[in-house]
Amino acid sequence: MSDTAFDTTPVIAPSALKVSDEVAIEISNMNKWYGSFHVLRDIDLTVHRGERIVIAGPSGSGKSTMIRCINRLEEHQSGKIIVDGTELTSDLKNIDKIRSEVGMCFQHFNLFPHLTILENCTLAPIWVRKTPKKEAVETAMHFLEKVKIPDQANKYPGQLSGGQQQRVAIARSLCMKPRIMLFDEPTSALDPEMIKEVLDTMIELAQEGMTMICVTHEMGFARQVANRVIFMDQGQIVEQNEPEEFFNNPRSERTKLFLSQILGH
Amino acid sequence: MTTFTDPPAESFKLSMLVYDTRYRSITFQILALVAVLLLFGWLTMNTAQNLNDLGKEPSFGFLGESAGYDINQRLIDYSSQSTHLRAAFVGLLNTLLVAAMGCATATVIGVIVGVLRLSGNWLVARLMTVYVEIFRNVPVLMWIVLCMAILIEAMPAPSAFRGDNPDATMKLFDTIAITNRGVYIPEPLFSRSLGNLHIGTAFDISINLLAILFVLGVSLWIARDITRRANAKQEATGLRPRTWHTRLAVIVLPTAILLAFLGFHLGYPELKGFNFAGGTYMRNSLIALWLALSLYTAAFIAEIVRAGILAISTGQTEAAAALGLRGNRIMSLVVLPQAMRVIIPPLISQYLNLTKNSSLAIAVGYMDITGTLMGITLNQTGRELETVLLGMLVYLTISLIISGVMNWYNNRVKLVER
Amino acid sequence: MADTHAETVLFVRDTMLPQKEPPLSTVGPLGWARGNLFSGWLNSIITIVAFLFVVNLIAHLLPWFISGTWNANSLTDCRDMMAAAGREQGGACWGVIRERWPQLMFGFYPSELYWRPVLVLVLLFVALAPILFADRTPTKMLGFTMLFPFIGAWLLWGGTIWNPITALLGFVIGYFVFTFLSRVVNAGISLFLAAIAAFVWWSVLSGYVVSGLSAIAPLAIHSVQSREFGGFLLSITIGVTAIMFSLPIGILLALGRRSDLPLVKALCVGFIEFIRGVPLITLLFVASTLLNIFLPPGTNFDIILRVMIMTTLFASAYMAEVVRGGLAALGKGQYEGADSLGLDYWQAQRLIVMPQALKISIPGIVSTFIGVFKDTTLVSIISMFDPLGLANAIRADANWNGIYWELFIFIGAVFFIFCFSMSRYSMYLERKLQTGHR
Repeated sequence: MSDTAFDTTPVIAPSALKVSDEVAIEISNMNKWYGSFHVLRDIDLTVHRGERIVIAGPSGSGKSTMIRCINRLEEHQSGKIIVDGTELTSDLKNIDKIRSEVGMCFQHFNLFPHLTILENCTLAPIWVRKTPKKEAVETAMHFLEKVKIPDQANKYPGQLSGGQQQRVAIARSLCMKPRIMLFDEPTSALDPEMIKEVLDTMIELAQEGMTMICVTHEMGFARQVANRVIFMDQGQIVEQNEPEEFFNNPRSERTKLFLSQILGH
Repeated sequence: MTTFTDPPAESFKLSMLVYDTRYRSITFQILALVAVLLLFGWLTMNTAQNLNDLGKEPSFGFLGESAGYDINQRLIDYSSQSTHLRAAFVGLLNTLLVAAMGCATATVIGVIVGVLRLSGNWLVARLMTVYVEIFRNVPVLMWIVLCMAILIEAMPAPSAFRGDNPDATMKLFDTIAITNRGVYIPEPLFSRSLGNLHIGTAFDISINLLAILFVLGVSLWIARDITRRANAKQEATGLRPRTWHTRLAVIVLPTAILLAFLGFHLGYPELKGFNFAGGTYMRNSLIALWLALSLYTAAFIAEIVRAGILAISTGQTEAAAALGLRGNRIMSLVVLPQAMRVIIPPLISQYLNLTKNSSLAIAVGYMDITGTLMGITLNQTGRELETVLLGMLVYLTISLIISGVMNWYNNRVKLVER
Repeated sequence: MADTHAETVLFVRDTMLPQKEPPLSTVGPLGWARGNLFSGWLNSIITIVAFLFVVNLIAHLLPWFISGTWNANSLTDCRDMMAAAGREQGGACWGVIRERWPQLMFGFYPSELYWRPVLVLVLLFVALAPILFADRTPTKMLGFTMLFPFIGAWLLWGGTIWNPITALLGFVIGYFVFTFLSRVVNAGISLFLAAIAAFVWWSVLSGYVVSGLSAIAPLAIHSVQSREFGGFLLSITIGVTAIMFSLPIGILLALGRRSDLPLVKALCVGFIEFIRGVPLITLLFVASTLLNIFLPPGTNFDIILRVMIMTTLFASAYMAEVVRGGLAALGKGQYEGADSLGLDYWQAQRLIVMPQALKISIPGIVSTFIGVFKDTTLVSIISMFDPLGLANAIRADANWNGIYWELFIFIGAVFFIFCFSMSRYSMYLERKLQTGHR
């Protein structure tokens, strides 16, 4: 773990971050099967606007599958998912609406290798949001500056380091001006020295009040930024709590075991 | 005098030729060169001796002599009085004709089959797999001969079309006649001719054709301009105007008007006596070759297309979907531009293979360059050396041009990559 | 709601939820059909159309296939049989296969000697076993694999046993010259000299030795002329020879193409690009008409041998490109590693580079093999009687004039079995090597 990465970052007081009453995502009684394997079991989760949720758990516990259901990269078979008041069904219009509201960052960045950094960032605004190119470029440059790589705008993804690529991926999502961001293990494919730069970007995002759901093993990040930590195992939510309580006083045996393994060394 | 002096020169030893890295490579290359020269010298000496014994001086003079044989499938004027050179040229054009037709249909079939093989529909995907495996694993020559056999044996003779209640009828509203002698399709005719353009004394090109090509070219250029303007408008306002109808109109209308002006009409094949007359006559051999080469090569192209699409990771599609792009846009903006780089180089080498395989025309009697120059001309003049070498040279030139195009494409794509 | 959710946020699950059965609509044959055949109305229509097509095809083909005309002796005979059985729509005349299959298999090979090619085919599989299934067969069998070409050629063409033995002796001599010299001079030169020694043995000495030994001990079997070869025997003989020799030649060409010596490189590039630039049929024309012109007056060697040489050269050029691809995929570090261990060029190639490069190129190598085997049919164009040449001859026969489906289905099926099993084997090998690698 790279808890040391936070030595220089100022700790944000959780109270400084507002969580509103407005519900951003509501998942109720959701189930999913791969073939006959029950991956997600009776998931119930309500996310309010401005919340920063970290989901932890052993691999194969269904964390990624769950957040991939939120923008329907995976299809759930029963239960309800409501994002920003729109229910996720097989209706294409709803899917389109939700996907353009929800940004996502992947473990392997998934930048488009045949497009420059700038083109990666302007592609969706131009073709989905119908933004004029000039405006799209301005927005893109704004967010690239925010993730601190405006000078790489005309390079191709293959020429950037992993950390830079992930920051571009974040900027690419932000260009769609999403109200919710999903992070699927954004740092687990990165070298230790690059993890910090990506986490810093995510912290900054949190400070601005973005609703975030992160699947990550970065416990330092969870302590510092999250207002809720959710522990998943065997496709179900086993425990959720405030970060301090979660780490200092885990209640369930599974959580204790997991934390001792992940923080034990 | 400088104070620097060369180190005392080592005394040269013979063994240094082999063991000293400075001389070693030169020694080996000289040995290789000598060996190759000896081999070539030996072959040339043998050839000269043999030709001398046979009383054949190597010469290409026979190309200017009258060929004395007929070619029934041809794109330019030719008669049995024409020279062997012209016969070879007719053959070359026939090679290029069947290669172009084959590449076009093979691409269409191959792309469709390749995409369908990836379809979520299990039955369709399986059917396509069966098609690909059957055609890939059986020799192309067998497909050619089989197609020819089907056309000859299973199609009705022209006489079957005769009478009030004929055994066979023409297809597609009486416009196409498929007989065991070949296929007759409507031919384009003009009631007004703009005359012919003479190139030297050898070739005539119809000005009608040139005019149509010119107008079509201009239309295409304008259509491209419309697309460019649509792009500009999208850049400025974000909204992309619908252009396909204007583009279609721009491409179709001027050519249609020109065709009407030239008095374009179709000449339909008609049964006259014992055979069909009128229309364009495509011989069985051409159809069989075209069909077999297309179906065979399409199986390979299908695999290339499939591999190309599979080479793009699902992550790319997912990222595009997560950004809110729809299926067809994901395909055109993200998957295809990447897949094309993987697909096009092997695709071009399939085109090359198809062109080379078209030399199997000789098995069904289609008069391509192999059938004319290396077939009848060889037999009539007995010039094995000259005809075969010339034929190889022609194929080699075609191959080099195609691989030149491929290298150019690869370099261009590579530049964009880095 | 408050800024923090201390009271509401805590959730601990007391008992874990058990696995539940998925909804019936997503599993079982029904769920499978819904997912793979009827997902959406367009897919359903396509499925139905495809299904009707398959049913229609089978409904037409099956009766045609089982026509019960196995004993017919000619096409008219066959038609009479079908008319007698009241089959209006016609059917297949498999009589042609019953009557001609020995010919399609062996050509004009003397029928009392059929056991020889059959034995060779069996021995071929025995010889291939240590290569194909290296981990399940004893390594000693490789010795038999080395001997197989000589035994096989002797059994096929017959003649005195001293021919293959002296041919083999040439390799033995070459091998001893090489091992002896390589202690003194470098490997490349000793290989060259060994080749010269073997060549001298074959071209000058072996003739006398054979005639001498045959006079002393006339051990010979009935000899068969090349023109009696035909059918799949011919295809397989040419194909296997070309496949066997093209791999080593292709490897040498690929190494030459990557060589630092500009002249060697130029020669290899020229050769490869020339061969790949012309159709095989033109090379076969060279074999049938020109090769005799290139060789010393009076040389007239066997047409099969000439075709084999040309096919081998053709296959080698393609093989060279495949191997070159494998070499290019190998990192520079492998070469540097080999150099740093003090291996010389040939050792590095043999021990480090080739095993890896060839493993990478397996799919390409096998598809070249399949291509070569399919391309053997081209010999029918220069009037040799491979299966396609024989098919033409049979169709020209008065008894079977007008038959084609049955013949081509038979020939196509045999080719399909060979080629398809080769490609499946390469997939199996690829998988095996991949898992063995990690």
